[in-house]
Amino acid sequence: MCTYLTEQIEIEGSGRGREGYFPLTRAMVYVDHPQHAPFEHTVNIDFLNPEQGPGARIPVELTEEAALALIEAIRNTLATAPPGLASANAKGHGASAAA
Amino acid sequence: MTVYDALLAETVTITGADGDQIEAYAARPLNAGPLGGVVVIHHMPGYDIQTKEIVRRFAAEGYNAICPNLYSREAPGAAPEDAAATARANGGVPDERLLGDVEGAARWLRALPNANGKVGTIGYCSGGRQAFLTAAKLDIQAAVDCYGAFVTGTPPEGFPLQVSPIGHLSKDLRCPLLGLFGNEDQYPSPEAVDELEGLLKEAGKDYEFHRYDNAGHAFFAVNRPSYRPEAANDGWARILAFYGRTLAS
Repeated sequence: MCTYLTEQIEIEGSGRGREGYFPLTRAMVYVDHPQHAPFEHTVNIDFLNPEQGPGARIPVELTEEAALALIEAIRNTLATAPPGLASANAKGHGASAAA
Repeated sequence: MTVYDALLAETVTITGADGDQIEAYAARPLNAGPLGGVVVIHHMPGYDIQTKEIVRRFAAEGYNAICPNLYSREAPGAAPEDAAATARANGGVPDERLLGDVEGAARWLRALPNANGKVGTIGYCSGGRQAFLTAAKLDIQAAVDCYGAFVTGTPPEGFPLQVSPIGHLSKDLRCPLLGLFGNEDQYPSPEAVDELEGLLKEAGKDYEFHRYDNAGHAFFAVNRPSYRPEAANDGWARILAFYGRTLAS
């Protein structure tokens, strides 16, 4: 089925596209038909920079299990690192800290 | 007997909604005709190589065919999957713009020197709903709805696209409608198809529905796991018979 359901969030970071790294400003998450993964439906995550055009997009298509395992892995990794180390507001890092 | 079967397939620019110049993919038999025309409305994943194959298939079957790139404006020149993501982020294609683009494609078909003046539409997935819409709103002679969701039924909560149910337009249909559906589909569900059939019956419209067991959504999509050859082969035969009746000279 085409769920059409789409979550969009603002993000900060970088990703590597066809022409090298670029800043990421938005992520879009949706459950729908994949373009490539051999399943009828997947959890699709697009990392985007809409200001740089439609091609500034890093898509991934994951099974439900893979997506949930990824969430878990992100949480576990952050839990073992010092709190706030990768925060946009961390001392000595990022534009927000410098402001 | 030798049958002359040359085709010309190419990207063209047509005038769509609001007079905008938009990209389209056309395929047509190189013969004198007169021939009917088909506007192919692509699925939500976009104006991709599989949709272009469908356009060429119609030409090989003896129709002038064209598929407007519905994402021409927000993502000109982008890869189909990137364009589809941009369109999704923007909430999809507004119905009024879709109608203008399909009308422009129909005008382009009717202006061909070998045209017989008759034009049909066919749409897949989100395009199925849009094909139904064209049947109610445009001067066309046939429409095919391939598993279009939200003609009837209620969109899930939080639905972000500019799409609303249009079953109430059944009474306004201006041409025969062919509907092809998978019984394992959830959008549209068999109940939503029943509801649509009820509305068409009530309005006394010329329609023909076929529903396939062991098939869900997108059973025509040859590059996806949802492909079901049995349903797709029968579906193609139904489409060609339907257009033979409604569009051929």
